[in-house]
Amino acid sequence: MAKEPKPVEMSGISYKPPLQEWMDVTTEIKEGMFCWGAKEPSLQKVGFPNARSWSPVEEDWKLPENWKDIVLEGIAERLEKYRSFKIFMDICVRCGACADKCHFFLGTGDPKNMPVLRAELLRSIYRRDFTKAGKILGRLAGARDLTYDVLKEWWYYFYQCSECRRCSVFCPYGIDTAEVTIIARELLNLLGLNIEWIAGPVANCFMKGNHLGLEPHTIHSSIDFLVDEIEEITDIRVEPTFNRKGAEILFVAPSGDLFADPGTFTCMGYLMLFHEIGIDYTWSTYASEGGNFGFFTSNEMAKRLNAKIYAEAKRLGVKWIIGGECGHMWRVLNQYMDTWNGPADFLEEPVSPITNTKFENAKATKMVHISEFTADLIHHNKLKLDPKRNDHLKVTFHDSCNTARGMGILDEPRYIINNVCNHFYEMPDNTIREKTFCCGSGSGLNASENMELRLRGGLPRANAVKYIKEKYGVNMLACICAIDRAALPPLMDYWVPGVNVTGVTELVGNALIMNGEGERTTDLRGEDLPGIEEKEDNEDV
Amino acid sequence: MSFELNGKTYATDEEGYLQNLDDWSKDVAEYIAGTEDVEMTENHWEIVNFLREYYQEYQIAPMIKILIKEMKKKFGPEKGNNKYLYELYPAGPAKQACKIAGLPKPTGCV
Repeated sequence: MAKEPKPVEMSGISYKPPLQEWMDVTTEIKEGMFCWGAKEPSLQKVGFPNARSWSPVEEDWKLPENWKDIVLEGIAERLEKYRSFKIFMDICVRCGACADKCHFFLGTGDPKNMPVLRAELLRSIYRRDFTKAGKILGRLAGARDLTYDVLKEWWYYFYQCSECRRCSVFCPYGIDTAEVTIIARELLNLLGLNIEWIAGPVANCFMKGNHLGLEPHTIHSSIDFLVDEIEEITDIRVEPTFNRKGAEILFVAPSGDLFADPGTFTCMGYLMLFHEIGIDYTWSTYASEGGNFGFFTSNEMAKRLNAKIYAEAKRLGVKWIIGGECGHMWRVLNQYMDTWNGPADFLEEPVSPITNTKFENAKATKMVHISEFTADLIHHNKLKLDPKRNDHLKVTFHDSCNTARGMGILDEPRYIINNVCNHFYEMPDNTIREKTFCCGSGSGLNASENMELRLRGGLPRANAVKYIKEKYGVNMLACICAIDRAALPPLMDYWVPGVNVTGVTELVGNALIMNGEGERTTDLRGEDLPGIEEKEDNEDV
Repeated sequence: MSFELNGKTYATDEEGYLQNLDDWSKDVAEYIAGTEDVEMTENHWEIVNFLREYYQEYQIAPMIKILIKEMKKKFGPEKGNNKYLYELYPAGPAKQACKIAGLPKPTGCV
């Protein structure tokens, strides 16, 4: 695999477009910028079409003979089904307001990463086959034929969009280019043109309930391991339960938190928080994934994977559900779950058993975000917190695209951080909240073979972190998304060495004063707490 | 992708990880180690064997911190630490040792 260029080389980005018109520029599939193609067994397991062994770098992508008809019929079907798609195809005036808002364009300088042009890749085919002007005038009307090269261009560029929706914030028409990418990926899926980093987790999730393919006893042992870790740090043994019928609350986390650092520290935070407030909750080894990589393949697949959450809530007879820190998980839960697999009329409207707060916003889905839940606890003074335990950290907050733009969770994480940390600094205004910059690896692009793409796409975010690192000495980047927790550490190591990544609930776990705990000498990562060395030195004297 | 060894063809992914867990043998491990410039010693085998046992039981490669903790329990603190693991497998125990042990790469939010 190609080694990435050095930061100084990679940041020398040319924004000069090629001299030819965009339709005449043939796509070159560059190493480091794409993910390996979806593998036969992964596609087979979920019954996706055209499961075969293929490689994006070979000429022949092994498509069915009638591939063109399949795509055009696919477009026709979706124009019927999704009014938004039809509108987004018709109304763009190509004003270019979105052009420089995309992190992938900013990081690559490739015009086909301008959201307007990315959508145009599909729109040009729509015009050719579905509009009168395009049928008659062809290229004059911005239309072109669907060819093998066009298909390869789609695959290359629609897997260079992380569906973050930053462009849509700036579009005067409100066109959501992420939805264009979503449709384009659905069309590509009709031909088995997926990437393995998405297809693998989807197959795992379908077969075993979570992206990593963790078996029930593996989940159990992983959480037991974290329970031991908590005991070593706090002297308190938390006792989580699994698949327990009759529990009041079902808790669903992204599986990355169970099995990959730094997500595991966030997971320790969940375990400690729930233990301390004493809620009656259970984990599930069946609904063992909050995330939904199916959402990056097709609406139907996302729905199939999502179904297990309500099914498990029903089977266990819980009253409502809390969900962990994950980005796209919440886009799916907040915007689709109720209509896909609801109504969840067997559940009750969520009410915090500790504060009696009714979570009105979760009335339909019956599922509450951990940050909303925690912020409410803090607001009602139900947690004993010692923010000094996070004094070794100078923290900033990265708004995860989906929770920020997809559901408006902007203030809760900040409220929590401000209560559990003494040193919090914001990145510049145009890089946070609704205008947050993507980690560069969202929508299933957090593989290793496309590292150059990820580092380029993450440059605007990293640049904002670098700015406040230099200004305030920030050394910790907090987030509420498992893809962020997987994607941001290599991004920071590359562009802003010295900044680590944490989930918000990990910071809560550090600050949380637990009833009967022993004196804490380290944080959840086993690092000495601030002032501990001095104290030990003094004791020696 | 594939490689040949003693007249048999072994399917791998794009990065040289074995496709079929059952294809693994000591010879195959030695071969993959060779492609990684790792010379297998008894110390290297201890880790590969642990990884395979863990995989047999849990169907996934262990987290590094679990590997460290278990190595510590089994072989003592001088072998249960990050530095030791990186000395044996300079490209990282997760990547290199798992590859030699014939385990697939984990996917998802990792």
